Amino acid sequence: MCETCGCDAAGAPRLTTLPAPDHALGRDTALGHDPAPGRDTAHDNDPAHDHDRPHGRDHAHVVPLGQRVLAHNDDLAGRNRAWLAERGVLALNMMSSPGSGKTTLLERTVADLGPSRPVSVIEGDQETLLDARRLAAAGARTVQVNTGSGCHLDAAMVADALTALEAPDGSTVFIENVGNLVCPALFDLGERARVVLMSVTEGADKPLKYPHMFRGADVLLLNKIDLLPYVDFDVDACRDAARRVRPGLSLLPVSATRGDGLDSWYDWLADA
Amino acid sequence: MSVHELAVTESVIAAISMQLPDSQVAVVHLEIGRLSGVMPDAVRFCFELAGEGTCVEGARLDITEPEGTGSCASCGTSFPARDALAVCPCGSADVTISGGAELTIKAVEVTDDV
Repeated sequence: MCETCGCDAAGAPRLTTLPAPDHALGRDTALGHDPAPGRDTAHDNDPAHDHDRPHGRDHAHVVPLGQRVLAHNDDLAGRNRAWLAERGVLALNMMSSPGSGKTTLLERTVADLGPSRPVSVIEGDQETLLDARRLAAAGARTVQVNTGSGCHLDAAMVADALTALEAPDGSTVFIENVGNLVCPALFDLGERARVVLMSVTEGADKPLKYPHMFRGADVLLLNKIDLLPYVDFDVDACRDAARRVRPGLSLLPVSATRGDGLDSWYDWLADA
Repeated sequence: MSVHELAVTESVIAAISMQLPDSQVAVVHLEIGRLSGVMPDAVRFCFELAGEGTCVEGARLDITEPEGTGSCASCGTSFPARDALAVCPCGSADVTISGGAELTIKAVEVTDDV
């Protein structure tokens, strides 16, 4: 069973690196890369972690802990964040339900921005290399993390993936989380911002039904707006619902397939 | 069974096992805020099962549930928030949840060292 989430993952997540085609990224191979945000070195072996605990014998005593339940993940996320900041790498945690169009949006984003701005991707899915292949074909160096039956990425997986990714200093890393509006909301990955997607084929009330996910969002992309003439979706109601959960949240209507609204997405990225 | 609660329970046990690897734990005191998105009953359900073979096997689980609090950006007051979408008594929905999201291992009671 997965150690942080009870999602019954049978064994460690699997990482697969897919390089971008040579022409796609002007990668400077001379750039040095320190080994990893490092997740299991100093912290876990730090003797201070258990040496000040009381050693009672044969009688009950209270050991105050005052520890956040997800402290271990949050520590690792903090290390990822510091590691990324030192290198000027912008990392974004992309979350949505399955099928909202995260991968299509990233394909388009990589194709549009790649020539002017180095972009790479950490791709989270339970199984297959399908999405990593799509993004590598679009021009991004991509590391696929297969979580098995795990339902989210965590900070440890991202630390390993960042090591494998070798993103250039000053570049942008999109972390495409496992499609799920519940569990990923709990796990900080060390990202600079959280991008939540939903699409007009989902209900406009999604933000009210999954408030934890939407409360953590730094921006909300509403995808597939090219389908608005064919579906019963109220954009204003969606915006209102999102802002009930997260006051002031920006909603950017886009169509990743047709290109509508992508300039506002790229403007947001430039300011992130 | 919700993945969330099993996730949380596994994390609790992992954290205690790391801090007190040689101890037999009698009681675990948890704080689970009412707006944390975690259901205490589901954690209780998972705890016995997930604790088997660990230092918390057989331990009692004591859970306190801090009430939710909202802070209103319109009138500046704090008020009790029953759910994640609470509206301020002044009528404003421009509210930030400021309490009730706790998810903390407060303390454990240890009977002996093995």
